Amino acid sequence: MLSADTKPRRTSGVRADSGLLNALHALQAEHGYVPRQEAMALSRRLGVPLARIFEVLTFYSYFRLEEPGRITLSVCDGTSCHLQEGPVLLKAIQALLGIGAGEATPDGAYQLNVVRCLGCCSCSPVLMVDDKIYSQVDPADLPGILKKHPPTAPKEAN
Amino acid sequence: MIKLSVNNRDVEVPEGTSILDAAGELGIKVPTLCHFKLDDFDIENKAGSCRVCVVEVEGRPTLAPSCCTPATDGMKVKTNSVRAINARRSMLDLLLSNHPKDCLTCQRNLDCELQRLAGEMGLHQILFEGEQMEHEVDRANQSIVRDPNKCIMCRRCETACNVMQTVGILSAVDRGFDAVVMPTSKRSLDDTKCTFCGQCVQACPTGALTAVNRSYDVWRGLNHPAKFKVVQTAPAVRVALGEAFGMAPGSVSTGKMVAALRKLGFDRVFDTDFAADLTIMEETTELIGRLTSGENLPILTSCCPGWVKFFEHQFPDLINIPSTAKSPQQMFGAIAKTYYAEKAGIAPDNMLVASVMPCLAKKYEAARDEFAPNGIRDVDIVISTRELANMIKEAGIQFMDLDESDFDNPLGESTGAGVIFGATGGVLEAALRTAADWLSDEPIEDVDFTAVRGLSGIREATVTVAGKDVRVAIASGLGNARNLLEKIQKGEAEYEAIEIMACPGGCINGGGQPSIKGDTSILEKRRQALYVIDGDKAIRKSHENPSIQKLYKEFLGQPGSERAHKLLHTHYTERENA
Repeated sequence: MLSADTKPRRTSGVRADSGLLNALHALQAEHGYVPRQEAMALSRRLGVPLARIFEVLTFYSYFRLEEPGRITLSVCDGTSCHLQEGPVLLKAIQALLGIGAGEATPDGAYQLNVVRCLGCCSCSPVLMVDDKIYSQVDPADLPGILKKHPPTAPKEAN
Repeated sequence: MIKLSVNNRDVEVPEGTSILDAAGELGIKVPTLCHFKLDDFDIENKAGSCRVCVVEVEGRPTLAPSCCTPATDGMKVKTNSVRAINARRSMLDLLLSNHPKDCLTCQRNLDCELQRLAGEMGLHQILFEGEQMEHEVDRANQSIVRDPNKCIMCRRCETACNVMQTVGILSAVDRGFDAVVMPTSKRSLDDTKCTFCGQCVQACPTGALTAVNRSYDVWRGLNHPAKFKVVQTAPAVRVALGEAFGMAPGSVSTGKMVAALRKLGFDRVFDTDFAADLTIMEETTELIGRLTSGENLPILTSCCPGWVKFFEHQFPDLINIPSTAKSPQQMFGAIAKTYYAEKAGIAPDNMLVASVMPCLAKKYEAARDEFAPNGIRDVDIVISTRELANMIKEAGIQFMDLDESDFDNPLGESTGAGVIFGATGGVLEAALRTAADWLSDEPIEDVDFTAVRGLSGIREATVTVAGKDVRVAIASGLGNARNLLEKIQKGEAEYEAIEIMACPGGCINGGGQPSIKGDTSILEKRRQALYVIDGDKAIRKSHENPSIQKLYKEFLGQPGSERAHKLLHTHYTERENA
């Protein structure tokens, strides 16, 4: 199990910031994103400038800097879906939710992501809601799909 | 030792030497852009990102970036093969394809390494036209303008900010075409722990990081029909300004500088050195108070606004340790707009106080909330040494032909102790001169505390003051300051007095000085020039400055008096460490 407390190993030749990636993975696993305050605490613990941490966070698209929405909509833009009007579907979802790709709705209910190939090209264009796949989605289907995934209450802050 | 040949000439270098430095041993200069080295400070940026320094190595299939490729035994290097030249030109061409070509109106026009390289390589046209970056320009602070569109990702500012200064806010963000150097979280510099030391500006080879230019505001002030225009000049300006007019590094141009300022139209040309003497009066009083009570030691100096902002953000637990004395710049403003205004019969709000500083953080300092009592700023406009040089050129003043002129009085009279504020160790030495006199029965003869002088990043000494040992330390460069402070926090070292300057070497290497272009020997020359001025002064102790004595007699009372506290002291604010 990765831990955010990862300490830099004090072996000679190992850089002080060598525990950074593991620690960032652990933070994202815990929070769903890397909160700024946590990154600052990590900076102090590892002795790595916050600027350097931010460089790593923005280099890897895997890391998030904002809290993601609770329900994830993944629109496929792989080759097949792209040719089968995936971009039209994406535009329709963006218009419906009023957010761009990679963003969450202001109430935190939905997260919109663009992904490359979900491995079911025959069903293109594909929309995945959390782990459920919707095939050959027409923009007109969207309100019905969203109804099946109503907004959930935010987790209690502890 | 390693033997290799560069352009058919043999050279022997120690293991680990780069091809670039090995070529340098032979006097062969390979063009560089991202490479940046400050020899005396052990700082080197060799990102290998620009590829301008590529050379051909026999038997190696690809060209080698000479700045970050170690020389090996038997290596045969060609720095100017057709292949290397073509590659170098293509690299530059690619860099220019995504660079705004607004050189004529760029702050760095005629002082830009990218521009110079394009000239030297004789590029006549841009072969690659492509997409251009479109980032917002950050002009939200008083000191530094950040234009990411001119960033070539050399990472020199990152090395200055993270490695040398350990401020830790500049870093590359995003990737591919979008990659650009930004402050953490893409915040405006104003919302970060940036100290505005300006070392990133000194490191930047292009116009991506430049100083806020206030010379137009000075022109407007100078042309104001009713204002009484006063200017002060910091100690380090007089030993660097001449370089902008072709004078050799280390030349002293005090007299010409004063004459030029008068020609520009200032009614009074005063000296920050006077205020430096005043700072010593207050700070030494504080030092002696703390030494006597044994409380709240060590005392830390507070003249440097970059250092002040650094500890406000990063060492909040030390916030009560630095001296509460304002910096000389701010003391000058406070005295000019009270004591001098009264004496000269000028309304304070009708007086314009401009400063010429070697520093970009001074621009920020002058604009701090606490330095505008009753809504009247102590210091109205701050320009750098470079801005003054440009104004002199703009005005058509033939600097080299000027007859030397003297500062006006009373705020232009100063001692040798005031002028050495410009070099690391100077403030402490000035304070020791006065402390030794005040604590002894007789004035001290030898005022040269040479143990505290030098350019090395951290210096420690035990000096005898009135028969007592005082342990002192000096750090210049914020990375060195951090190391020193952490040693104290861990209890590994104990001192009674510490001087800290944000820039390595002190104000002579400030962010507003003519660029040393990586040549740290220039700093040593500037430093020595300050001590020459000091040595030539008849009076070398701040408290013996007649104008200072008169100021206390007529206006302030005693050092540390209520009035002195109101006008000459300040407080510090804990700030977010982000």
